[in-house]
Amino acid sequence: MSETRGAAVRFEKVQKSYDGENLVVKDLNLDIAPGEFLTMLGPSGSGKTTCLMMLAGFEPATHGEIYLNDRPINNVPPYKRGIGMVFQNYALFPHMTVAENLAFPLQIRKMSKSDQEAKVKRALEMVELGAFGNRRPAQLSGGQQQRVAVARALVFDPELVLMDEPLGALDKQLREQMQYEIKHIHENLGVSVVYVTHDQTEALTMSDRVAVFEDGRIQQLSAPDVLYESPQNSFVAQFIGENNKLSGKVTKLKGNVCEVELDDGTMLKADAVNVEGVGSRTTISLRPERVEMYPDKKLENQIEGTIREVLYLGDHLRVVMSVAGNPEFIVKVRNRGERWQLAEGQKQKIGWAASDCKALDPVA
Amino acid sequence: MSDPATAAVTATTPAREEVLTTHDGQPLKKSLARALRREKMRALMLVAPLLIFILITFIFPIGDMLFRSVENNIVGDTLPGTVRALQNWDSLSGEAPGETVFAAFADDMMVAQEEKTHTRLGSRLNYDQPGISSLFRKSGRRIAKMDNEAQVEAFKAANPLWGEAAGWQALRNSDAWPDALPATAISWANFSRFVESDKRGKVDPANEVPYSFTFAALDEDLKAMPPETLQSLASSSNADVAAMFGSLQGKVADIPPSTYKEQFLQVDMDWGLVENWATIKRLSPEFTDGYFLAAVDAERRADGVHMKPENERLYIMLFWRTILMSVMITVSCILLGYPIAYLLANLPVRTSNMLMILVLLPFWTSLLVRTSAWKVLLQQQGVINDVLVWIGLIDDTNRLVMINNMTGTIIAMTHILLPFMILPLFSVMKTISPSYVRAAKSMGATDWTTFWRIYFPNTVPGIGAGSILVFILAIGYYITPELVGGTSGVFISNRIAYHISSSLNWGLAAALGSILLILVLGLYWLYDRIVGIDNVKLG
Repeated sequence: MSETRGAAVRFEKVQKSYDGENLVVKDLNLDIAPGEFLTMLGPSGSGKTTCLMMLAGFEPATHGEIYLNDRPINNVPPYKRGIGMVFQNYALFPHMTVAENLAFPLQIRKMSKSDQEAKVKRALEMVELGAFGNRRPAQLSGGQQQRVAVARALVFDPELVLMDEPLGALDKQLREQMQYEIKHIHENLGVSVVYVTHDQTEALTMSDRVAVFEDGRIQQLSAPDVLYESPQNSFVAQFIGENNKLSGKVTKLKGNVCEVELDDGTMLKADAVNVEGVGSRTTISLRPERVEMYPDKKLENQIEGTIREVLYLGDHLRVVMSVAGNPEFIVKVRNRGERWQLAEGQKQKIGWAASDCKALDPVA
Repeated sequence: MSDPATAAVTATTPAREEVLTTHDGQPLKKSLARALRREKMRALMLVAPLLIFILITFIFPIGDMLFRSVENNIVGDTLPGTVRALQNWDSLSGEAPGETVFAAFADDMMVAQEEKTHTRLGSRLNYDQPGISSLFRKSGRRIAKMDNEAQVEAFKAANPLWGEAAGWQALRNSDAWPDALPATAISWANFSRFVESDKRGKVDPANEVPYSFTFAALDEDLKAMPPETLQSLASSSNADVAAMFGSLQGKVADIPPSTYKEQFLQVDMDWGLVENWATIKRLSPEFTDGYFLAAVDAERRADGVHMKPENERLYIMLFWRTILMSVMITVSCILLGYPIAYLLANLPVRTSNMLMILVLLPFWTSLLVRTSAWKVLLQQQGVINDVLVWIGLIDDTNRLVMINNMTGTIIAMTHILLPFMILPLFSVMKTISPSYVRAAKSMGATDWTTFWRIYFPNTVPGIGAGSILVFILAIGYYITPELVGGTSGVFISNRIAYHISSSLNWGLAAALGSILLILVLGLYWLYDRIVGIDNVKLG
């Protein structure tokens, strides 16, 4: 980050209900640092977009307070908040050209004509659309419209930019390209960005921190790698990346390490992240790529399973196994050029380190 | 490609492919056209029933109606001889036409009064020349008593064949008929019609000697004829014809002239007025611009086109009022319909459906009932006035006049046409994403700026569509202004209806209707130029 001129945002005990019967957002507490790229990630209906709308001022908070740079903004109308916003369907004004779209927030701010032109030009160059100023939005492709929308949200130098699933309508390749572009723009400008998405790849590649939403609450708020490596509960483990689940009971708990007896009697060692104590039920979470096919004797956990299916995916093999009562246990085997003897129906020994599997809250 | 033979083939292929063919050798374009033609025929068959229905019940009658605005064959049909004779009369001469015209006129009138068409002609001429219709009626009663015995006797004296059917038959069968005797031929045709009508087809006019009017026409032809023509007639191959004309050689000047002019002037001195004859002459062509001139308060006098006197002008004022009131109704509809449409488009579906039913409710009520309801509400002893008096807002003696004037028409028609504005507005507003408004606000625009700069421009197509609908419907509206408009609140369409059903001046009605149609098309064109018809969205 070259400079930090972004805004700080704080949600304090924010609740939101639309109908007075159900809470869409339950007790949200969140601090966003200046210049941070924070992503709100979650399945649809988890309350993430509602949080964004409350921050933008389009939905009032039912309870609690939202602060922007330590100033409560619950009673500030959206047009006075000075927050840039990018919408899912871009929301470019169809009756204006691209340049007019970009000049609109500057006209509102009564900027001089020459300043407007200079800023519009710079913003268009930033998104590499310098030659498109006179086009109508309808004459642009989806990706170009997206860039214009980003440029328009940034052209008036807001300290905070909100993005509501801005890449949802793009195809995969374009989406990946735009992820990098948005990331770079953020790094160059140093604004705070609150980004809403349901796509975990997007969240992991772009964000400084990710807030995983479910059921109106933040389940975990961490940097992407922490989120992946150390999920705090089963929902997060399941939602971020691929995950193998094994159900069992805690038999021994010593500091951060616990022993778990799986339902078929197998004993495993695991990191105790979210267990209530000895005797309580737990779900072991394990990433498929952390499983060794021909385990070293030193690995703490060794177990035998049956191979059900082998899929060749080029850079890796995807092996579906039946392990300890879980028929969908997935192992990703890196393609090292060795000739694996993996046949369907074959018994196979596998193993993994205790620190790679996390004992989390039980899943019903 | 290294093989030279292959290269050669490749090089020549484009030239050979100029005419693409199908497998059986047909040119591809022809084949495609045939395939498409079948599709088109099928499509045409699907629309055919409606197309035929519309043609028969709509296009043809309207076309026929509009054609009446210029059609004018009544004069030529009723007074064929007179029209011919008037060609030689100059209406600017300041003198009434001579005996020739009167003789032909008497002949035409004889048939017309027998066929009872002279009063109809009189009423038609009366549109242009008030008073002439009574002249026709009066003369029609007296025409049978008009006399031309002196001339008939003179012809019979010259040669008895002139008084015999055989003589006339020979004449009609000769080469001279009808070119050498044009007036006589027209008069003979008149006489035939007269006999057909008088004797109801029981008598064949071919076996009759024509009535005395025809002798006047014959006299006319002979006096206009150069001597050589008479000479050649006298030496006709037919003995009778030769004898009949031979007897007249050198005696044409001795035949006493007919006295129809005198007799007509005895019936009414007004037959001596130049204007009456000028009107007949002016209206004798098959087509006339008279209806259109009348429709714009102008008239054609002997010396050209003039506006009518100030106190007789009516239609231009009515056209202006129609346009003005239609504009006012359209504007009222926009002002009242816009907020409703906005509400409809932005409320939750259940509420907006309920509201939509309320908007459509007037559609399902009879037009007459709605209009009558406005009468009840708006009249001076009506509900609204009563309430205003009751709450003391107005004095009992100063009750508002809200009906039988412009106000009444505008109120009632705004109410009736409002759905036509709301529906297109609603369907356009429905497509405007709420994120536009949010985006504008996030960029710092106030509610008003957001509305005026972002929301409103996107609803312009809806306003355009609604305005076109309402304006075009309003400009031709008839029933509501008729019921609540009184005298100051009526439209041009009410005047058209009056001419169709009361005054029976269909030509003028057609001209007014044509002007209205042209006006609407013109405004539509103007709208297309300014707003662009592509910008109109109906949903």
